Amino acid sequence: MPVTVKTFASFGEAASALSSDRSARYLGGGTLVMRALNEGDVSISTVVRATDHALTRIDVASSRVTIGAGVTFARILAERDLAFLHAPARSIGGPAVRNMGTVGGNLFAPNPYGDFTVALLALDATVSVQGGLGARDMPIEEFLRSRERQSGALVLAVSCQRPASSDAFRYRKIARIKPKGGSVITLAAHLPSSGGRVSGARIALGSMAATQIRARAAERALEGRALDDSAISAAVAVAAEDVSPADDALGSAWYRREIVGVHLRRLLSGLE
Amino acid sequence: MTKTALQFRHNGRDVALFVDGGVNLLVALRESIGDMTPKFGCGQGGCGACSVLIDGELHLSCLTLAETVNGRSVETLDGLKDGPNLHPLQRAFMEQFAAQCGYCTPGMLMAAKALLDRNPSPTRAEVIEAISGNICRCTGYEPIVNAVLAAASSGRARA
Repeated sequence: MPVTVKTFASFGEAASALSSDRSARYLGGGTLVMRALNEGDVSISTVVRATDHALTRIDVASSRVTIGAGVTFARILAERDLAFLHAPARSIGGPAVRNMGTVGGNLFAPNPYGDFTVALLALDATVSVQGGLGARDMPIEEFLRSRERQSGALVLAVSCQRPASSDAFRYRKIARIKPKGGSVITLAAHLPSSGGRVSGARIALGSMAATQIRARAAERALEGRALDDSAISAAVAVAAEDVSPADDALGSAWYRREIVGVHLRRLLSGLE
Repeated sequence: MTKTALQFRHNGRDVALFVDGGVNLLVALRESIGDMTPKFGCGQGGCGACSVLIDGELHLSCLTLAETVNGRSVETLDGLKDGPNLHPLQRAFMEQFAAQCGYCTPGMLMAAKALLDRNPSPTRAEVIEAISGNICRCTGYEPIVNAVLAAASSGRARA
């Protein structure tokens, strides 16, 4: 079914068009919206695009990075200053999908996709959203909780603190097909330390609930402790506490619960 | 429903056409321009059969809104050969038996071209990574990887 395509030069106009039409969807890289159109999704009657360069900007400050929603994974991989995000960017799709798929779109990608968002959740990212009522910044967790209601809003950018060291941020994606495949489970951990003890740990899981979630019990088990075998075992023991995975072609909910601890141990131990 | 006018370079030639709203580039190439070399496989970004180069970058034409290529350059397998002469990648695919049913071959060749344009001397691991978005159900991939490596070394021999 043909749809109406509306292209705007500014993100503000695109956001207005998006928020005023329930059947409008924003087209970023196309890997989600074009797929829906190819499958005959009749809930989409309008496609909104913006050619605004503000959406493809990358700002790298000494401690904080801001990435426009329209930045592709290929561009992240080409950016030396974003090396800490290369592992999650590389784990997505093949080269063509990485040339197309965007950081903003990944926030909306359903399971078993959305791996980059797992990394952003562990890094406590902020999502800048332009809605009908203006622009606002919200924590990524709040964004994900209300994701179903966010389709009328335009994501402008995400930003996060750079991890204190390359060892403080870890990422692991388990897929059945290598080097490309949907996620059985995706894990990311940000483990800042102070005086040799974990302080402010954030562990994020993908494909383990309807949206990307934090493993809060495991975070609490690490807090204030050295990252040794006993702390890791304590975190692993409660890794499945907050999860509610689904069965899909890549793995059953039972299997995902069984392996989340195994992979969390490998992630925290720094094993490949 | 109004149609949108669209102009772009297709394998070095300017083309102008009208497309319906929401039409993807694969449909525009096949049905409006008559270039049947990019194939429809899955329509979801999973198979790579529709791979083309847009401004030299590998893209999936089935997930590309046709009007987004306005003013840009699109290369498909149809533009790979030079008159009667096959491209070194095409010759290597024949010599290494890298095509069986042939349905994935156009996408494989474009993914391989995207790699060699950027990296004329890839390692085996880099070739595997470069074609990781393209599914082949016949060959088991080894002959394809061998063909890309052979094309790369023949390119170096000529240079």
